[in-house]
Amino acid sequence: MKSLAELQAIRDKMKNSINVRDDGEDKIRVVVGMATCGIAAGARPVLASFSEEVAKRGLGNVSVAQTGCIGICQYEPVVEVFTPDGKKTTYVKMTAEKAVRVVNDHLVNGNPVTEFTIGSVAK
Amino acid sequence: MMTELSLNVLDIAQNSIKAGASLIRISVARRPAEGRISITVEDNGCGMTPEQVARVIDPFYTTRTTRKVGLGVPFFKMSAEMTGGEFSIRSTPGEGTVLTADYCYRHIDMLPLGDMAATMVSLVSVNPEIDFIYSFACGTEQFTMDTREVKAVLEGLPVNSNEVLGFIGEMIRENQAETDRYPENLAETPLNLS
Repeated sequence: MKSLAELQAIRDKMKNSINVRDDGEDKIRVVVGMATCGIAAGARPVLASFSEEVAKRGLGNVSVAQTGCIGICQYEPVVEVFTPDGKKTTYVKMTAEKAVRVVNDHLVNGNPVTEFTIGSVAK
Repeated sequence: MMTELSLNVLDIAQNSIKAGASLIRISVARRPAEGRISITVEDNGCGMTPEQVARVIDPFYTTRTTRKVGLGVPFFKMSAEMTGGEFSIRSTPGEGTVLTADYCYRHIDMLPLGDMAATMVSLVSVNPEIDFIYSFACGTEQFTMDTREVKAVLEGLPVNSNEVLGFIGEMIRENQAETDRYPENLAETPLNLS
């Protein structure tokens, strides 16, 4: 049985390498739709992929959150990215693999992945 | 329709989050002697009136205004009833809600329990301010993961940091597999846990 004693070692390691979280205005928000429609379409691995990739790259200016159904159930899993310049990008039919690319291209390099956006998919 | 029960649980827990719960308890209990497994989601959120409780199992009832259907609770209910099991819901305004689905897990229409660890990690990762208790029991064996205990160890460090989420996921996976190997079960196929 794994016990909380192992967590103490993780805590001590985290304390030594603490990342200062940036809660300033230049924050990017990633919001994953986690209503019945989103979950049924595969939102859980998409959310996990965003969280892992953001942590792996140490992106202190990115927060990952969840929301309910925004009414476009046929395009789930849906992910919205809000950037500090006030723009919103809506990614549709997301997968864990696509999430990695959105983190790398959009969140890190500032280039939205046009082919995954609702404008490209909804034709 | 969900592909595994852990996704139903993730969905049902969203209702607890929307009800403003500060503590959500998710319990899975397997009773090998009866061939039953129960899943309970319990919260201390705003609760519902008897009228709302009566309507919540209706797929064409929802509190949402963006669409006219609410399938979360009906799916959960159906997943249990199609195995010959039962579903119940109890709620008191101001106190909270308890949903229980009880399954005959040897039934051909039993869905796999699925990755409960991934469900719990998802819940904790985007709701660090809410406390979650996850317990898995099999026969007389049981283990519990309580984020209040995790937070006490962390001494203020974020519970939804990647390292801690990794620990929570591993703890649930390992301990659940070990609990499910309880001797009285050995003659029986283990539950499909992933």
